[in-house]
Amino acid sequence: MKSVTAAIDRDKPFTTISGRPIERLYTAEDLRGLDHSRDVNEPGQFPYTRGIHATGYRGKLWTMRQFAGFGTPEETNQRFKGLLKAGGNGLSVAFDLPTLMGRDPDHELSLGEVGKCGVSIVSLQDMERLFAGIDLGRITTSMTINSPAPMIFAMYLAVAEQQGADWKTLSGTIQNDILKEFIAQKEYIFPPRQSMRLITDIFAFCATEVPKWNTISVSGYHIREAGSTAAQELAFTLRDGIEYVQYGVDAGLDVDSFAPQISFFFNSHSDFFEEIAKFRAARKLWAEVMRDRFKAKNERSWKLRFHTQTAGVSLTAQQPYNNVVRTALQALAAVLGGTQSLHTNSLDEALALPTAEAATLALRTQQIIAHESGVTAAVDPLGGSYFVERLTLDMEREAKAYFDVIDRMGGMVEAIEHGFPQKEIAEASYRFQQAVESREKVIVGVNDYVQEDETPIPILYIDETTAERQLSRLETLRQTRDNARLRAALDALKETARGTGNTMYPLMDCVRAYATVGEMCDALRDVWGEYEEVPLI
Amino acid sequence: MQKIRVVIAKPGLDGHDRGAKVIARALRDAGMEVIYTGLRQTPDQIVGAALQEDADVIGMSILSGAHMHICPRVMELLKEKGLDDVLVVVGGIIPDVDIPKLREMGVRGIFLPGSPMQQIIDFINQNVRPRAEV
Repeated sequence: MKSVTAAIDRDKPFTTISGRPIERLYTAEDLRGLDHSRDVNEPGQFPYTRGIHATGYRGKLWTMRQFAGFGTPEETNQRFKGLLKAGGNGLSVAFDLPTLMGRDPDHELSLGEVGKCGVSIVSLQDMERLFAGIDLGRITTSMTINSPAPMIFAMYLAVAEQQGADWKTLSGTIQNDILKEFIAQKEYIFPPRQSMRLITDIFAFCATEVPKWNTISVSGYHIREAGSTAAQELAFTLRDGIEYVQYGVDAGLDVDSFAPQISFFFNSHSDFFEEIAKFRAARKLWAEVMRDRFKAKNERSWKLRFHTQTAGVSLTAQQPYNNVVRTALQALAAVLGGTQSLHTNSLDEALALPTAEAATLALRTQQIIAHESGVTAAVDPLGGSYFVERLTLDMEREAKAYFDVIDRMGGMVEAIEHGFPQKEIAEASYRFQQAVESREKVIVGVNDYVQEDETPIPILYIDETTAERQLSRLETLRQTRDNARLRAALDALKETARGTGNTMYPLMDCVRAYATVGEMCDALRDVWGEYEEVPLI
Repeated sequence: MQKIRVVIAKPGLDGHDRGAKVIARALRDAGMEVIYTGLRQTPDQIVGAALQEDADVIGMSILSGAHMHICPRVMELLKEKGLDDVLVVVGGIIPDVDIPKLREMGVRGIFLPGSPMQQIIDFINQNVRPRAEV
């Protein structure tokens, strides 16, 4: 029996940020039923609960990959070069909303949005400017792009081609995860089934043409930012992963031909141990799903690799320097959870896109964890902790319960059509907001320890010159390119979209003919229509 | 007393609707009649919804930085349609320098990240136009 002394606990509920009750003490009692080789095992061993590499970070540190993008391609190119010079070792592109939504800068809905939340990429010309002086054969690039992922990826490949890089050696990631857009971030264009086809087209294209590319980054980040609990983030993300693999298999692909190139992307939120348990449970769940549900034979198909970003939603506009501390703790959780790459948010991101100084401090936070804290020396240092192992098992159990519900609905596409994950997240986010309102959950500087008369910090202000510049460039492009070649390429794309061929090949031709993102997306809108969600509150 | 009628809208291209949905629900729980327009509403659609729904309040959630384009257009259209007495509130990421400009064009409430829901509810109750008793 677990013996706990009768000391009085502070008068508040002890729950995680997700509302999970936490006991006063965890002991061997809590791990009764845990089978070491089945549930935990050693690092590098199935089910990889303790990590996918036997050597942890002793062999290789995580990639410090800072998400960046704003204004014109030239401005972002400068930021990239600055980050690489400061010791960052991978690029990560943030696109503006018109690019993310497949709209050109001259579309009505682009008004006021060009270059604001990321870099504006209109055609191959902009992609050439974005990567000018950066060798795509040597660097790895992550691109946060979803609905127009095939178009942007085609542009990247065209730039690599111009630079003389071999597609077979190119490495990087496109997010390309449309299901979480329907669930959480809402940057969708086409209906779910046509969107899924674009993704399986990329799986097939990359298996033969760009074999080292990570074709999808199945993302829990946005699900969590939308207000889910940690367990919901885990469950919906992995169930999305299952959906992608199932669609790939249904499209006739051998599971081991594309599954090793699937990667994941999680949030690292403020509840330290709950997050670590989530990362550990994710690896275990995926290994079992791939081996047992999909019968994958290649061990690389079993290993869940993931990127992490600290929780943007946890950043406060009040007392923004506190955000440095929040981010450091969240980054530490990601490292103790065994992430393969990491983005740390900047202290000013509740207010605006980060300044160069704030972005550098965020990168330094990772470097301090990597080189000064000592946490990278031993692999999975929390493995065997009664508390962490118990939480890991609980996370796994909760995720499996959600898998069952979604399987019964017929899959994630069907669950989304029913609004199921959307409703679950909306409930959780409202519950959390109420806990903040009642001060059951304390947010320092917001609902407690409030400070009047704060001194404002410098922020990055994006003016309208980007929009003007991108608009005038677009006008010139439309007058100077070979428009007959362009029209033929767009027609070929539509023809393929109506049939069953792989859309990536005609897209490459469109891109080389300097089609804009808006023109390519419009071509597919003509054939497939657009998705509209039923608003739920 | 008739319920206060609120149109909650998400203008622009941004799809991050957590704030809009949480506040819609909080206002509804506070006894208001809430109409949520959903995503990607143009100023015309927002003012159209306010007219059609006989709204007392328009609440817009804007995080993308497009507020200085969207708000002037909404205020202009409200004036054109004779809806100048509709209370307009905006929530989201609004740089300090833009706050006086928004107030000047007639946006009465501006709520930044971390604003308590109760503060928004109280603001609406205190500032909404009086509604005729039925």
